[in-house]
Amino acid sequence: MKRKRTGLVKRLLLNLFIIALGVGMLYPILWLIGASFKPSNQIFTEVSIWPSNPTLDNFKEGWLGIGIVGFDTFFKNSFFICIISAFANAIFCSLTAYAFARLKFVGKNVWFALMMVTLMLPSHVTTIPRYIMFRRMGWINTFLPIIVPKFFATDAFFIFLLVQFIRSLPRDMDESATIDGCSKAGIYTRIIMPLTVPALITTLLFTFLWTWDDFFNQLLYLTSPTKYTVPMGLRLFLDSSGMSMWGPMFAMSTLSLIPAFILFFSLQKYFVRGIATTGIKG
Amino acid sequence: MNRLNKRAVRDTLGSYVFLVPWLIGFFLLTLYPMCYSLYLSFTRFNIRTPPQWIGMANYLVMFKGSAALPRDERFLNSIWVTFRFVFISVPVKLVFALTVAMLMNKKLRLIGLYRALYYIPTLLGGSVAIAVLWRRLFASDGLLNMILSSLFGFTNLPAWISNPSYALYTLIILAVWQFGSPMIIFLAGLQQIPREYYEASSVDGAGPIRQFFAITLPSLSPIIFFNFVMQMISAFQSFTQAFIVSGGSGGPLDSTMFYSLYLYIKGFGFSEMGYAAAMAWVLLIVIAILTAISFKSSGTLVSYGSGE
Repeated sequence: MKRKRTGLVKRLLLNLFIIALGVGMLYPILWLIGASFKPSNQIFTEVSIWPSNPTLDNFKEGWLGIGIVGFDTFFKNSFFICIISAFANAIFCSLTAYAFARLKFVGKNVWFALMMVTLMLPSHVTTIPRYIMFRRMGWINTFLPIIVPKFFATDAFFIFLLVQFIRSLPRDMDESATIDGCSKAGIYTRIIMPLTVPALITTLLFTFLWTWDDFFNQLLYLTSPTKYTVPMGLRLFLDSSGMSMWGPMFAMSTLSLIPAFILFFSLQKYFVRGIATTGIKG
Repeated sequence: MNRLNKRAVRDTLGSYVFLVPWLIGFFLLTLYPMCYSLYLSFTRFNIRTPPQWIGMANYLVMFKGSAALPRDERFLNSIWVTFRFVFISVPVKLVFALTVAMLMNKKLRLIGLYRALYYIPTLLGGSVAIAVLWRRLFASDGLLNMILSSLFGFTNLPAWISNPSYALYTLIILAVWQFGSPMIIFLAGLQQIPREYYEASSVDGAGPIRQFFAITLPSLSPIIFFNFVMQMISAFQSFTQAFIVSGGSGGPLDSTMFYSLYLYIKGFGFSEMGYAAAMAWVLLIVIAILTAISFKSSGTLVSYGSGE
């Protein structure tokens, strides 16, 4: 009886400790969200998270952005790039993964080894030549340099993730389909693709979020505000506005975090697989 | 050609159909650019006029310098800044991730919720929005100083972001704060350790600290190693946070001049594409060497737990 009670106290203390540490860690984010509802003159005088006079003015003002281009454009551009990238990446990585995981062909081991090497490659070695190529093709200030590479399965992480997943599937279904005369394309679309849906969702999810936050490529290739994405819009806002604009700035920052929040809390279990397989990046 | 061979050829051709997009990408978007950037690294190239072959000059300027071309001290500084960032932030992050993972491995009713909440900094931390927030957190009139002065009565607090002695540490804190991925990988590792190990050792009278060093740490060593290599590779390439926090300058006084930020400034600010390409190759080689060293040393440091 006594032992049970000390266990209970211990568990309570543990819970309290975890919550306190967690609140401390999330405090900056909560403060940001709170600050976006505070009138500008209160943002830097209030330590508390909760706004004492909540207002939506920051959102109204921020949404208009700078001059002629508003955050509606930035959000539209970001969603466009991210959705296309996510689907292209999932489709083309899964085609490649199917070939590596299931098919027999000459040169497979060499290609697979090369694919694994590109996994470790810092992107910087291709940044400058790609920029020169895309510039020659007249693709600067278009979405093409960001989207097109996804149609060629250049993200080896996801190929690797899907290869691992397809290898773990039982082979008897596609073997019996082969005996029944089903083609490779048929096996892929009717058996492999439906069975890899969980891994495909992981791929969609991570590609979407990484592209949403991929500031470097957007900074390189998008040069006019009408083409800007949300991160670029925030940066423009930061550079062009003085101290008085922190309220709208925080409001738009808060909005920019919402897609990640929604995806994370609705698709949480798919996250764990992605992290465990790729291990890298935020 | 017999029937079997014909079938093998048809099989291979049929398989390559699936591989074609990746092959095109590999040759056009990875291999060719790599060779091209290697070539550019031996040239002077401003993108408007054709590249000019200058041999090893770019590499010499980085490391040695000469009477005509003095050594690039900003480059060496960016290496120093990046090394400090990587080798402080990664170990601290891993210690933190492991500590939290052990907390998250407890059997509590709300543990699922806790794990999700502890992952949020990682989910959001790479964004421009959080970098902007960071800039306000550590400004002279920012949130941190507001707390320190109003709650604890400190005065004369520094402007952390614009002080060369502290600016890098604000970025290190930001990196450590995003400990979620290694935490989840550690958690998966902790769940693999058989409970009997702990039960047997506690029968033998081992306390929790002894258990940590005798069981937990050795069992996790391959995972610690994996996390270390992966985090190191990605830390070397950090860009966004330093760019936003320093307003694109790497300042104050180049104290947050990360390697990729300097590469960007050289290549796209000063249009010294040849030099930037050479920097990219140096980064590739540095990462390759450090990864090789890690793998070498893992032989002695990592126990893969087969046999005694």
